[in-house]
Amino acid sequence: MAAISLVVNGRTHTVDVEPDTPLLWVLRDALGLTGTKYGCGIAQCGACTVHLGNRTVRSCRLPVSTIGATPVTTIEGLSPDGSHRVQKAWIAEEVPQCGYCQSGQVMSAALLLANNADPTDADIDRAMSGNVCRCGTYDRVRRAVHRAVKEG
Amino acid sequence: MTPAPVSKLDRRDFLRLGAVAGAGLMLGVRIPVRGPEGSRKVPLQPNAFLRIDPDGTVTIWLARSDMGQGVRTSLPMIVADELDADWSRVRVVQADAHQSKYGRMMTVGSTSVRGGAWVPLRQAGAAAREMLVAAAAAHWGVTTGECRTENGRVMHPASRRSFGYGELAEDASRIPVPARPTLKDPSQFKLIGTRVPLLDLRDKVTGSAQYGTDVRVPGMLFATCVHSPVFGGKVTSFDATKARAVKGVRDVVQVSAGIAVVAENTWAALKGARALSVTWDNGPFGMSSADILTEFARLAETPGMVANHKGDADAVLAKSERKLEATYDAPYLAHATMEPMNCTADVRKDRCDVWAPTQNPQGTQSTAARLSGLPIDAVTVHVTYLGCGWGRRSRTDFVEDAVEASMKVGAPVQMLWTREEDMQHDFYRPAAHVRLEGALDSGRRLSALRARVVAQPISGGGRGNIDGPAVAGIADLQYGIPNVHIEYCRAELAVPVGYWRSVGPSQNTFILESFIDELAHAAGRDPFEFRLDMLVNEPRVKRVLEIAAKESGWGTPVPAGRARGIAVVEDKGGRVAEVAEVSLESGRVRVHKVTCAADCGQIIHPGIVEAQMSGSIIAGLAAALYGEITIENGRVKQGNFNDYRMLRFEEAPEISVHIVPSTEEPGGVGEPGVPPIAPAVANALFALTGVRVRRLPIRPEMFTASR
Repeated sequence: MAAISLVVNGRTHTVDVEPDTPLLWVLRDALGLTGTKYGCGIAQCGACTVHLGNRTVRSCRLPVSTIGATPVTTIEGLSPDGSHRVQKAWIAEEVPQCGYCQSGQVMSAALLLANNADPTDADIDRAMSGNVCRCGTYDRVRRAVHRAVKEG
Repeated sequence: MTPAPVSKLDRRDFLRLGAVAGAGLMLGVRIPVRGPEGSRKVPLQPNAFLRIDPDGTVTIWLARSDMGQGVRTSLPMIVADELDADWSRVRVVQADAHQSKYGRMMTVGSTSVRGGAWVPLRQAGAAAREMLVAAAAAHWGVTTGECRTENGRVMHPASRRSFGYGELAEDASRIPVPARPTLKDPSQFKLIGTRVPLLDLRDKVTGSAQYGTDVRVPGMLFATCVHSPVFGGKVTSFDATKARAVKGVRDVVQVSAGIAVVAENTWAALKGARALSVTWDNGPFGMSSADILTEFARLAETPGMVANHKGDADAVLAKSERKLEATYDAPYLAHATMEPMNCTADVRKDRCDVWAPTQNPQGTQSTAARLSGLPIDAVTVHVTYLGCGWGRRSRTDFVEDAVEASMKVGAPVQMLWTREEDMQHDFYRPAAHVRLEGALDSGRRLSALRARVVAQPISGGGRGNIDGPAVAGIADLQYGIPNVHIEYCRAELAVPVGYWRSVGPSQNTFILESFIDELAHAAGRDPFEFRLDMLVNEPRVKRVLEIAAKESGWGTPVPAGRARGIAVVEDKGGRVAEVAEVSLESGRVRVHKVTCAADCGQIIHPGIVEAQMSGSIIAGLAAALYGEITIENGRVKQGNFNDYRMLRFEEAPEISVHIVPSTEEPGGVGEPGVPPIAPAVANALFALTGVRVRRLPIRPEMFTASR
């Protein structure tokens, strides 16, 4: 094991894990941040999406040793109380069904809006197509993204 | 205010529950208990589903599993409506498994509301309401008929007096529980049929909802399991030296179904599993998909068991001048729930706790009791949030892995299957091979239909029994056809099969509705009108078909390069018609629009119904366009979402859902939206290209030859 420091949701943590451990398992097992989910382990479904700096990453394939000082934001750190505009829009449009993929969906949408003030449907397609939803909430995801843009 | 779901209730508060009333309502033998906040006041708990505390809080136990179909909101709505509760004072508690208290807890077959909880939950609310009214009337010295209830209060309008339910709880608790409370007329519903805010949205957008994989117990270890790659295989021997050398691996133990690697964290368990060396006795099953098709084709030549017979289809077909014959195939499908199979078990000497995302809490409880040797009452099953269900979580194989591993290592163990283990050790939607023949009469109507269905059985029953699920959607014809003969040929193979969202109709509706479309085209008739003629005695099916046609613009021009297809089903008490508008773009099937009309009887929450219909369409599309599990030498070839594709965001069509208002008995909602989409798309592709899809999944190369 090795002591590795990383910044998650604004706090610096030092964890004693193997350097090849994917960020996902560090978040879930070492830090107890279980909002980020395991879905496929091969970066195909997006359930494990978190922010690394100002981009989205699939945490199931990202060795923790490669992160360095770049800050990590998880669903727990997106807002203190679920008040991020994407979360509010998700509630207003009643997006989630089973909800398992929704942390990833919300994180992808939040980053899209952080980098693009007025995304087109094609922009939304690009940003959201890496997040699989087995319940098929896609039509409400689209509506919620538009709502989050509008209601800011 | 949105009521907050609460996950746990103090065990002391449970009352001993006795006799079962006719419809499954459990009536309580009341024992005085301490109320909340140290108050000595007694709450009202007339049955297992409901408690009203002296502070006015209404607690409703959810005895079904919510896998995204919204029962965490819709079932409490039913109780609260009959109770005339103040919705903002309602909290929901997920019920732990109990073998009898709540009736059947298995959540399958779209039965949470219909046939399941609808009447008992209404009675639960209505009984409490009558007791509260009786308590208030006694206090005021008036008749109960002079009182009314609204929003958590009993009122006596003549004297303008009222009591909150909490104030009445103790007095009401001394009143006998009415055995047959009066239920509301649907016109009196206040919550049922409205868009009450869903109770679990905040949990699900903040990451705080606790799924099975999120359970954390002090001292818990993380495990994964390696199962036989071949169906029915067993461990001959294994070498765990390398696995044990992985840092963080605590133990490697054999369980009934394979080898479990138990570690300090999930990553170590996963690495340990990869480092395992296992020798398997693969057993006798070594078939591949091609062999299975050959076996199906052979069986299709043999007479089957008669699943439906009417008139004389043989004679009509023999003399018909306009006959059509076709063979259809549907593949095995994996459930691929977003949350892979997992379970956390803590087996101790005298008790056992199990946390599971399960559709089958009672089966989980009895499985854990059987394996641990503990009495059933010593096993507590905590039902977590479920990351999809689709029928997969009605099984308890993953529970067995967790319980056995916990017993072997003597610690709480979270057993998590990898996506690959999950996909390769599923209970698959059975593959089906169906031969059909149809005859058209001189009026260009379908006069006879003969079909032979070959598929593995899901349900038990002996060799001579017809498997209901295998023929559902084809033997139970919604159409009025004068001569019908449907047979079932039972295929006995070692491929594990199970219930997959919408079950039999998930394949048979594709097959039947595609063949009906073939017959319509052969008759030179509009496929919509061809169907309408056969639905004279099925007004509710006819109506959804008409609504879907009208709302989709059926019969009006489509944009260039596109075409429409239509299909309808009656399934699990729901009637759903769908029209798909498709095109082929650079060799790729593109579904642009889907119009859905659904009659599910009385609905509880329109938003949930719309979500279930659009979700069912996405589910059915993923299966129609990509879904296929193939088998090679007894093992599943696909392992993850890269080779078993899901429908992605950019591929999702525009969906409009039209719900038929109804006060008929509630029907199924979670499943009947699935079956019509595959045939609607296939029929649209025929209209577009003239190529008939007779095998799923639909592959773009099917259309290249004709273009």
